[in-house]
Amino acid sequence: MAEPILEIRDLQKSFGALKATDGVSLTLMPGEIHALIGPNGAGKSTLIHQISGTFRPDSGTIRFLGQDISGLDMAARARLGLGRSFQISSLAQEFSALRNVMLAVQAQQGSSFRFFRPVMSDRSLTGPAMAMLERVGLAARAHLPAAELSHGERRQLEIAIALALGSKAFLFDEPMAGMGPEGSKALTRFLDGLRKQAPILLVEHDMDAVFALADRISVLVYGRVIATGSVDEIRNDPEVRRAYLGEAA
Amino acid sequence: MTKAPFMTRETVVNTILALLLLGFPLAAQTMGEPFYITLATRIAILALAAVGLNIALGLGGLVSFGHAAFFGIGGYAAGILATHAFDGVPLLAGIPGTASMLVIWLVALIVCGLVALPIGAISLRTTGVYFIMITLAFAQMIYYFAVSWPAYGGEDGLSIYVRNEFPGVNTAQPLPYFLICYALLMAALGLFWLLRGSRFGAALQAARQNATRLAAVGIAPFNIRLVAFIISAMVTGVAGALFADLNKFVSPSMLSWHMSGELIVLIILGGKGRLFGPVAGAMLYVLIEYALGGITERWQFFLGLILLGVVLFARGGLLGLLAGKARHG
Repeated sequence: MAEPILEIRDLQKSFGALKATDGVSLTLMPGEIHALIGPNGAGKSTLIHQISGTFRPDSGTIRFLGQDISGLDMAARARLGLGRSFQISSLAQEFSALRNVMLAVQAQQGSSFRFFRPVMSDRSLTGPAMAMLERVGLAARAHLPAAELSHGERRQLEIAIALALGSKAFLFDEPMAGMGPEGSKALTRFLDGLRKQAPILLVEHDMDAVFALADRISVLVYGRVIATGSVDEIRNDPEVRRAYLGEAA
Repeated sequence: MTKAPFMTRETVVNTILALLLLGFPLAAQTMGEPFYITLATRIAILALAAVGLNIALGLGGLVSFGHAAFFGIGGYAAGILATHAFDGVPLLAGIPGTASMLVIWLVALIVCGLVALPIGAISLRTTGVYFIMITLAFAQMIYYFAVSWPAYGGEDGLSIYVRNEFPGVNTAQPLPYFLICYALLMAALGLFWLLRGSRFGAALQAARQNATRLAAVGIAPFNIRLVAFIISAMVTGVAGALFADLNKFVSPSMLSWHMSGELIVLIILGGKGRLFGPVAGAMLYVLIEYALGGITERWQFFLGLILLGVVLFARGGLLGLLAGKARHG
């Protein structure tokens, strides 16, 4: 069996008396989309934050590409190839869409301590950034400030940024949220192709998308993974139906 | 890429401001009014100090309320080195003082950089109002140190008997000295322009807009901010050295929090983050000080009103009014 790209073991995180993450273990294998579902407040975003380095777990380990990254900060994890999108879009609002992606291209190319050469005429930055915007279908909006993009477009932009980082794994936190049905379908097709490039840990509420995309699904309830399995296994798991799908479907 | 017009409105405004600042003392020279040359020199030096602060505050969003520390350190670098050169007493065993501006500027740059490193490294662990307070606290420490250090005048300050020297220029004359200050201001504006457009500038401005985003692409905001803070301090330090030479005097007041506030006010008046914001701000500030200062001692009351008007109705400052909103490619 192949080595997992990302391996989380026995992660614990409490906020006061609330156990937001309670002994979570999961893996992300090469080429797969692993969906993480669960009711609101189950601790999905908290888990993504711990994996990406926004905050540290109380205990447990996170291994990425065979290396323990538990002690690294967010920037260091991103440099290793962990690309993420945020549940609430997090962009440089005054910069154009293009400049937001250029920032990722520049980070991926190496040091940002270059003080003189202008970025806007640097084809090694604008070229790849524009290509990424084209891939997510945002090229026509490249020169608009991020603040002026629609909600769905900001989502696309976040994904373009993650692509530009040349990430070796993606953490996408509700990429479909706020998108219309057309947008969701287009993004579903896009993510379907993306798994060949790098595996995706996908937090998503859109069950059509999850069932269409996921190779495996983990169900998180009150900070615990109550089941992990294929789409069919999860659909037919009685505990999952009771805890989650029963009330949603 | 959409083709930009040959000159944007902002470029036109900047050019006019640059020419005004140059033309005013030239006109004063032909009319035999050296006082106005000194006024213009004051504008150029304050603008230079504010260009330095604008790197941290305007590009990086780092509201340093302690930049007087660097302005004052630059001033004392000029004062102390000049005093030792004048008295012929070595500064330290084997190290003489100097009356050469070039050496003084270099010393000001290095010392300000070295002082800014620990101040920045500690202050940048905080953000927002805490950052403002910590930078203020460091500057006040240096202020009180200068007040209580009798070797260089303490509270009374230190006089520079003869303005320091620059190769090939008679610095004692107002106009040549103005031209030196003006040239340095233009060089600093060039540096600011380059920085803003560079990879470093992109990261720094992203750190201001959204530090989490910057970290998520793998660039640690702390390192970027620290380097910006140091560069910012060094530019302000050179301005301090020029200011001491202009007044032929340096005192702890250059280090006081009033000075830090004044630099922030210049930037707010002119337009923060804008290339010529500090220039416009310094022109307006010195003109208000001169025009209203002649009428009433309480001119700062009116400055306060103007500042209030800018903050409430013209956030972009003078540059925002003249050249419209800032654009980010």
